[in-house]
Amino acid sequence: MMGATLAEKIIAKAAGRESVKPGEFVTCDVDLAMMHDSGGPRRVKPILNKLGAKVWNPDKVVVITDHFVPPVDAMSAAILDLTRKWVVKNRIKNFHDMQGICHVVLPERGHLSPGMFVVGGDSHSPTGGAFGCFMFGVGATDMAGVLVTGQTWVKTPGTMRIDINGDLGVGVSAKDIILHLCGRIGMGGVQYQVVEYTGDTVANLPMTERMTLSNMAAELGAQAGLIAADETTSAYIRAAGGDAGDPAHWQSDADATYLATHTVDAAALSPYVAAPHSPANSAPVDEHKGVVVHQAYIGACTGAKLEDLHMAASVLKGRKVSNQTRLLLAPASTRITAAAAADGTLATLTEAGAILMPSGCGACAGYGAGILAEDEVCISSTARNFQGRMGAVSSKVYLGSPYTVAASAIAGHITDPREFLNGSTA
Amino acid sequence: MSDTGKAWVFGDNIDTDALAPGLYMKGPLSTLAEHCLEVVDPDFAPNVQQGDVIVGGNNFGIGSSREQAVEVLKLLGVRTLVAKSFAGIFFRNTLNFGVVALACDDAWKIRPGDQISTDPAKGKITNHTAGETYNCDPLPDQLLEMVIDGGLVEHLEKKLAKKDANQ
Repeated sequence: MMGATLAEKIIAKAAGRESVKPGEFVTCDVDLAMMHDSGGPRRVKPILNKLGAKVWNPDKVVVITDHFVPPVDAMSAAILDLTRKWVVKNRIKNFHDMQGICHVVLPERGHLSPGMFVVGGDSHSPTGGAFGCFMFGVGATDMAGVLVTGQTWVKTPGTMRIDINGDLGVGVSAKDIILHLCGRIGMGGVQYQVVEYTGDTVANLPMTERMTLSNMAAELGAQAGLIAADETTSAYIRAAGGDAGDPAHWQSDADATYLATHTVDAAALSPYVAAPHSPANSAPVDEHKGVVVHQAYIGACTGAKLEDLHMAASVLKGRKVSNQTRLLLAPASTRITAAAAADGTLATLTEAGAILMPSGCGACAGYGAGILAEDEVCISSTARNFQGRMGAVSSKVYLGSPYTVAASAIAGHITDPREFLNGSTA
Repeated sequence: MSDTGKAWVFGDNIDTDALAPGLYMKGPLSTLAEHCLEVVDPDFAPNVQQGDVIVGGNNFGIGSSREQAVEVLKLLGVRTLVAKSFAGIFFRNTLNFGVVALACDDAWKIRPGDQISTDPAKGKITNHTAGETYNCDPLPDQLLEMVIDGGLVEHLEKKLAKKDANQ
């Protein structure tokens, strides 16, 4: 039998099949369904009521509030209230209320194991692929279908391999790799196939950095962004109280067939910035140097994990945010805030002038506090810079790594972070 | 074969923030619909008619999983979308709402205002204004059945009723 990719192996298992081929429509058993306050109970409750159906298995459902967190008016408060009541009524034990952003909280609380077939009610669900899961985003009606039947369909995707090798330079991170790839492959360029990241650079990245690669597989247009599990994965899962599973089994075969293989020389990468209004509009930071920023934002599932905060702190330590701009900091989860407080990172950031915001989706999607006025410019560690997403229609968002956002906050304009680190900007 | 509808033509990468802006997501669907696509064409939402057809370039519906991006189009009367390609989650969402989404390499040939009808089972799009027919990916039977039922909820309703009847 021909070798299979990791994605094909997981789909085959979920479909109860020996093997599956790209292009085949199959019905899969769902191992875990994750939803948040915006696309979750608020939307699925009326559907379940209409069908007179119950949740197929409450233990396989995780609900996390993060979009309308904290509520700022009666409408958002009512959405959270509905969420809490629905969770109790439907006996969902895995409920994380206002603890952070779903894609970060899900693995943080040990819910993910390699080989799982997971649906998430959010487009950045490919983040879970960093744990060797086949995790993809669905809309609320699809989610309701899963809640009723425990199943969903997929058209088996092919896999594009992205092989990343070499040591990242000082001030260069996973975010720069993925922005580089967005520019190269194009937004949506993967056309709902799977990307699998391989190579020694990936092997040397901590889980949170791997999550950044998988997270923005969404911007590449991938259904899922997989990274096969290894010792780093197992150690993270065990520390989170989860089941590290059988990482040796959940690997692509050596003779698996890929749609294509792209290679990245990580050592040659400089910090990348994506200009408005597309993540694919990316270039080395030099091209946008000097663009004045009214706001710098470190937040979101993409760019406010503990390592992201460490990156920002390494730039901001002993320095101050320019009085011409403002730096908003929304750690991706309450546990990250606690860890950053414990290791001194939070003090470094707030002493530099960072303004601490609640853990939630916040300004990234224009739901929460920190949105932009007409014509304002923001540099952000988030994943998307679509027109009007973060506020006014004429506002502009540049995407960069936490290093680059921090450096730009100090200067008041887009700046190469290596100017503040012991790296070469050559 | 569908009824004929008037084409509204958009470019590549029409995203879900353009279709259903986050600023209005917590409010009622009718308010959200008023702002549908306003960043790319402020004339769209006030003027679109029942049965009109949306035509897009590559990656139509890229971005969020919010299915309100489809729901507002449906509320505004759109039942058919034709594009060079669709973003994956958005594509699933359209079918779940009983809206037909057809991926067609010739989508660029359609001009604003052209009269369009479609046959999703055969994978055909007819441009009555230009007198042309384009091929597109047909919808597989299982998905077409769901679309014809009116979407996933209606489809499940039917299936659950059948199951009850058999018990």
